Amino acid sequence: MFDQLLQFLITGITVGSTYALVGLGFAIIYNASDVVNFAQGEFVMVGAMSAVWYLGVGLPLPVVLVFSVLTTVVVGLALYKLAIEHARGASVVTTIIITIGAAIFLRGAALLVWGKDIYALPHFSSETPIRIGAATMLPQNIWVMVVTALVVYLVRHFFDKTLMGKAILGCACNRTAAHLVGINVPLMLLTSYGIAALLGAVAGLLIAPIAFTSYDAGIMLGLKGFSAAILGGMGSSMGAVAGGVLLGVLESLGAGYISSGYKDAMAFMIILLVLFFKPSGLFGRKSAERV
Amino acid sequence: MKRLTGFFVFAALVISLPVLMPNNYFVTVVGVTIGLHIILAVSLNLFMGFAGQISLGHAAFFGMGAYTSAILTTHYGVNPWLAIVVALFLVAVVANVIARPILKLKGHYLAMATLGFGIIINIIMVQEVQFTGGPDGMSGVPPLSLFGWEIDSDLKWYVVIAVVMLFSVLVSLNIVESRAGRALKAVHGSEIAAQTMGVDTVKTKNQVFVLSALLTCFAGSLFAHQQAFVSPVSFNFFFSIELVTMVVLGGLGSTFGAVFGAIVITLLPELLVVFEDYEVLIFGAILMSIMIFLPQGLFVGIAQWLRNAVIKRSARAGQEA
Repeated sequence: MFDQLLQFLITGITVGSTYALVGLGFAIIYNASDVVNFAQGEFVMVGAMSAVWYLGVGLPLPVVLVFSVLTTVVVGLALYKLAIEHARGASVVTTIIITIGAAIFLRGAALLVWGKDIYALPHFSSETPIRIGAATMLPQNIWVMVVTALVVYLVRHFFDKTLMGKAILGCACNRTAAHLVGINVPLMLLTSYGIAALLGAVAGLLIAPIAFTSYDAGIMLGLKGFSAAILGGMGSSMGAVAGGVLLGVLESLGAGYISSGYKDAMAFMIILLVLFFKPSGLFGRKSAERV
Repeated sequence: MKRLTGFFVFAALVISLPVLMPNNYFVTVVGVTIGLHIILAVSLNLFMGFAGQISLGHAAFFGMGAYTSAILTTHYGVNPWLAIVVALFLVAVVANVIARPILKLKGHYLAMATLGFGIIINIIMVQEVQFTGGPDGMSGVPPLSLFGWEIDSDLKWYVVIAVVMLFSVLVSLNIVESRAGRALKAVHGSEIAAQTMGVDTVKTKNQVFVLSALLTCFAGSLFAHQQAFVSPVSFNFFFSIELVTMVVLGGLGSTFGAVFGAIVITLLPELLVVFEDYEVLIFGAILMSIMIFLPQGLFVGIAQWLRNAVIKRSARAGQEA
């Protein structure tokens, strides 16, 4: 009974870590530019799929990881430069449709380049399961949890302690004021898209050895990441992380105890309930809308 | 009368096409799908274009219509017309129940909620295998018949769908000019301003949402009987996005824009059949570039450009004279 619960928790926290990273990416872009980037899940896919490709070329794993992160960051920067920047001042509906268009475009491109096959990355270290009572855990699970925690810490440090991080936060607060004190606002926006892409790629690389990847793997991950951000409260980056882990755990428990077929439906039920009863999320503050 | 000139031209075109080309694949086979898509795009435009809201889950209502009709007629032998009435009733109830909490949301939150609703409905279609046949779908949905007139050929379906389609276009054109339409426009402009002017914004939004859902559901029932087959793929997230693409491509808030968008998006894969793998890529590119470079839509954009050109020319002619 307890072992089973432990097993569900391990699975939940692992998957939830991916949601957390994707959700953090959502929150960073939303904070900096008021855009909800529906292509965030595609960063996860591009990260994992390009890694598969680099491996196929014969590069060693550490190099592959670095290259695929860089590739994804380039995609993220391109998304900002080619699409978002041109649509400055557009309405919410417009930006939603643009980023959905970008997501579909990236998916189509991945389909052309890599086809419809399902790929897996090799585990980062040994594949021997570790036993904890009757529950088991792969070393890759530990990789996912530890690297996620580390990345989240670094992002937090970046925004709290570095000048550039503070400058981005300044843009998030008030773009005109940031511009007036000499912050290069477009550069800060560009940087936040780069960071979000990096987070997506890391999530993709971590989870691909366990959960596999394919050209259309980004949709669900993106939507779950967005759900994580809403659950935590849009605009609160650490809320997005907590929301992600929580969503992963609830989903895993639901799949284990209620019905595995309705696993994805459960995540969206949770989100609908949160939206209906507490739209500001668990950790977000209520804000008045400007008229 | 002048207001409806466009409609009469369009209706004449719809009627004359099968008369002139009764054996043309693009008229009688693709035409039926185009007709269905026009109904869907026009209804989604009521909600997105007129009321300024966003729905990324409209495929759910389409699927609910199709599956209710399919399940009742095949499993329980219910008369198809009765099944359609039940489907409409069911969707009216569901849409009314979710309208209040969902339409309180705005922007990203509304997008996420409608999207979540669409995905949940789609997952139910896949999971409830004993009713829906699961991922394989269900076949053998009986055809419709009208007073003993069996609708069993492409041409007959063309006629039926064309009638419903023209009806929905007419409804949409008339709503814009009505009191309700003006209330919608006010809501679109600024909800708070509309409220201070005495518009019941909640009621207005709910009504248009339910109307849009009902038209979509009706199209779904017709789709099930016309295809004689339904499967969850036809009602997934991607189809919701395709519907949004139709509305956006034509131009949000324009009925004929939605008609135009539906025609283009339906014909595109037919014409690009050689580039099958490029279809997804092209959809994405269309969505992005229209919103970036021509946010008012292709149809509305071209119409405006033409009007401006004519005005300029007549102004010049006036100067010379």
